[in-house]
Amino acid sequence: MRAPPPLLKLTGIEKRFGGVVALRGVDFHLHAGEIHGLAGENGAGKSTLMKIIAGVHTDYSGGMELDGRPVRFRSARDALAAGIGMVHQELSIVPELTVAENVLLGAQPTNRLGLVNWRRMMTEAADHLQSLGISVDVRTPIGALPLGLQQMIEIARVIFSGARIIILDEPTSALSPPEIERLFELLRQLRAQGRSMIFISHFLDDILRICDAVTVFRNGQKVASSATAAIDKMWMIDHMIGAGHQELEESYLGEFQLKSRTHAPVVLEAEGLCVRGAFEDIRLQVHAGEVLGLYGFMGSGQLELTRSLFGKLPPERGRVRISGKEVRITSTAVAKRAGLAFLPESRRSMLFATEPVYRNISISILERLSPLWVKPATERAIAHEQVSALRIRPPNVELAVGTLSGGNQQKVALARWLTHLPHVLLLNEPTRGMDVGAKEDVVRIVRDLSARGVGVLVASTEPETVLALADRILVMKKGRIVHEFAEEAVSKDRLLAAA
Amino acid sequence: MEGSATKTASTLPPPRAESWFAAKLRNIAPFVTLIFLVALFSIASPSFATLDNLNNILQQISVTGIMAVGLTFVILTAEIDLSVASVANATGVVVAFFTAQDNSVNIANVPLAGWAAILIAIASSAALGAITAVGMTVIGIPSFIMTLAMLQIGAGICALLVRGQIAYAVPKLVATLGNGSLGPVPWIILVAAFVLAAAHVVLTYTRFGRYVYMVGGNREAAEYSGVNVRAIVAAVMIISALCSGLAGMLGVAHFGSAQQDEFDNYLLDSISAVVVGGTSLFGGQGGIGNTIVGLLVLGVLNNGLDHVNIDSFLKILIRGLILLAALIVNVYAQRLRSRRRAAAS
Repeated sequence: MRAPPPLLKLTGIEKRFGGVVALRGVDFHLHAGEIHGLAGENGAGKSTLMKIIAGVHTDYSGGMELDGRPVRFRSARDALAAGIGMVHQELSIVPELTVAENVLLGAQPTNRLGLVNWRRMMTEAADHLQSLGISVDVRTPIGALPLGLQQMIEIARVIFSGARIIILDEPTSALSPPEIERLFELLRQLRAQGRSMIFISHFLDDILRICDAVTVFRNGQKVASSATAAIDKMWMIDHMIGAGHQELEESYLGEFQLKSRTHAPVVLEAEGLCVRGAFEDIRLQVHAGEVLGLYGFMGSGQLELTRSLFGKLPPERGRVRISGKEVRITSTAVAKRAGLAFLPESRRSMLFATEPVYRNISISILERLSPLWVKPATERAIAHEQVSALRIRPPNVELAVGTLSGGNQQKVALARWLTHLPHVLLLNEPTRGMDVGAKEDVVRIVRDLSARGVGVLVASTEPETVLALADRILVMKKGRIVHEFAEEAVSKDRLLAAA
Repeated sequence: MEGSATKTASTLPPPRAESWFAAKLRNIAPFVTLIFLVALFSIASPSFATLDNLNNILQQISVTGIMAVGLTFVILTAEIDLSVASVANATGVVVAFFTAQDNSVNIANVPLAGWAAILIAIASSAALGAITAVGMTVIGIPSFIMTLAMLQIGAGICALLVRGQIAYAVPKLVATLGNGSLGPVPWIILVAAFVLAAAHVVLTYTRFGRYVYMVGGNREAAEYSGVNVRAIVAAVMIISALCSGLAGMLGVAHFGSAQQDEFDNYLLDSISAVVVGGTSLFGGQGGIGNTIVGLLVLGVLNNGLDHVNIDSFLKILIRGLILLAALIVNVYAQRLRSRRRAAAS
C-alpha cells in the first residue's frame, strides 16, 4: 500500500514454549510514522511477538529487519539501543523517585566525581517533557501523580532513551476518557515526529480511533491486516474469532439463554460502592440461587470489586447489605461472619501450599469445629467427604496441597466453603488455567451450590467462564457497570462488543 | 494433552528420599548439632557429662527459654520481637520497685504487698505488649521497628525506676520460683519446662495455635480464609511480652538483683535459640520442639566451652559462627521447599 520499504520487517516468525506453539509463520511490517494496532484474544500471540521485537524473547526462528538490515536482539537493552522501546501494562516506574529521576533513570547526568548532577537532571527532564507537551513539576514523586500522567512520563522515558519504535501494551485499559484523549494527543505528536508505535489493545474502539493500520492475531497466527480507514469493529471481531471456522465460530456466536432467578430474595445488595482507582458507583443485586456474572477486560475493576466485597480492599464509599442486613465490611473476618465466601484468582494466595489438604479445607470452618482444641479426626473426616464429593485427585487428605494439580487445588479451595454454606460465594476467575475436565467439575460444583440457594458472583476476564456459569451478566468497563444481559440470548461476540 | 495434567498429578510418585530430607532438614540439622556438641564436650572434659552439670545447663537456659517461648510464637507468624530482653528487664525492675527494699538501697520505691507487686509487673508487661500490638496492627508499623522502639521504651522505664541503683528484694513467690529448689531441682527449671510444655500444647492442639501456623505459612491465604490475621498477630505480641515479663521477674530473682541493662545478652540468645532450633524466620514452620533443641544447643555450647577451658574471647566468635551456620541451614531449607513448591504448581 505504501511505497517506502517498512521500517521494521518480520518474516516467518516461529516461537515455541516447550511443546506449545505460540507463534507460527508470522509476517509483520511496521512503517515509519505509523501507529499500528494489534488485536486478538488472550493467548493469540500478540504479546509474544512484541516481546520478540523488544528483545525479551531471544530464542525464536524467523528473520527481523530494521531499516533493511537484519537484526537479532539478545536482550531488551539491545533492542533499546537499536531504537525499540516497550511500555508495559505494569509500568516500570519507581513510584518513590521524582519524575526527573524516573525520566532519566539509568542515564542521570553526573559530575566528575560520579555524583548525580541534580540541577542538570531537573532541567534536562523538564525540557524533555516540555518538548512532548507534558507539563508537570519534575520534583514530584511520580507515585503521587495520576496513572495517565505516569504512563505518559514512562513513554517520555522510553523516547528519551532513544526509541524510534514504541510498543504500547494495553495503554488505555486503566485510563479515564480525558486521560485517553491526552495520551492520543501525545501519540499523534510522536507520529508527526516520524516515530512509529505498536498499539496492543483489547479496546477495539481505541484501536480504530488512533491507529493507521491494524493486524489481527488468532491462535499464534496473523489472520488479517488492513488500514483502519477501510474496516470497522465487526471486521476485527470476525477475524479475532475466525469466521469460517465452524467450531470456533460456534463458540463465539453460540447463544446462551440467560434465565433470571430474580423472584428469589436478594442475598447481596451493593449500592454506590467505590474504591478509588479500581471501580466506582457500583450497584448490583445477587438473588438466592442466582449466579451473577461480572465480565470485563483486564483492569475493568470486576476482580477488585469482589475482593472489596470480601473486605480485602474495604470499600471507601457505598453500602452493602447481606440477606437484608446492612454490613460495614472492614475486614475479611467481618465479611466471612456476615455470610460471604471468596476465592481469589490466584491459587497461590488462597492455599497453604505446604500444609496438608485437610487443613486447607478446615481453615475456614475451624471456629465452628473447635472452640478451643483442634479436632484433626473431625477435620480429616470432613475433608474426606469433600474430596470424594468433588472428586479431588489424588484422594489423599494428608498430601501437601502444593503437590496437587491446578484444577484439584481449585477444588480444595472451593471445598473450604462447602461444609457450611455461605449466603454468597464470590469467585474470581474460577476456571482459569484448568484443563477441560476440571473446568466442568468446577461448573458442576457452582451449579450445585446455586441450586442449594447460595447466591454466586463470578468475576472474570474470560467470556467463556461467565457464559458457562451465569444466569445474568453485568459487563464492567473501566470501573463501571456499563451493560446488563438478562432474560435474553447472549453470545461471546455480543459480550465482547459490550465491553 | 489437556487431560494429562490431572493424570500426572494423580500418579505422582511418593515423596523421594531427597525431598523427605529437604522437608526435615530444619529439624534434623539442629538435633545432629546437639548430639555432636554433647559428644565432643563429653570426650574433651570429664566434668561435662555429669548430672550436676546437666542441672547447671538447664538453669542457665531457663530464663532464655521462657523468653524464647514468646519469640517462637512471634517468629512462627513471620514477625520479630526485638524488645523481649528489654521488656524482661523492665518487668523485673517493676516488681522490685514495688517491693520493700533494704535501707541501703536508695530508690524512691513504693512497697506493696507481694501479690500486688507481681500483678502490677504482669500487667505492665502485658501493657507493653499491647502497645506493640496496637502499633503493628492498627497503625501498621512493621514489627522490626515497632519492637525496636519498644526496646528503647523498656530501657527507659528501667532507667527511670532504678536511676542507676541496684535493687535486691523481690516478692517471696518470685524469689522462690527464681532462686529456690524443689528437692534437687531448681524451681526455675520447672517453670521453664512448664511454660515450654504449655506453649507446645497451645501451638499444637488449639485453634489459636493452628491460626498462628497458618498466618505464618501464608498470611494472604489466611486472610482470604476469613481468619482475623490482625488479632492473631496482636495476640502473639502480647504473649511474647508476657513471657518476657515472667522471664524478667524470675531472672531478677535468679541473678539476685534488679538493675539497668542486666538482660542485654538475652535478646540475641533467645532469637538464636529459636532460629538455631530450626523454626523458620519466614514463618509457619517449626515450633516449641525446635526451640527446645535450639536452647540445648546454645546451653551446651556455652557451658561446654567453659569446661574445655577455651579462650573466653574466642567463645564469642564460636557462638557467632554457630548462629551463622544455623541461619544458612534455615535459609537453605526454605529455598529447597519453595523450589519444590514451584516444581509442584
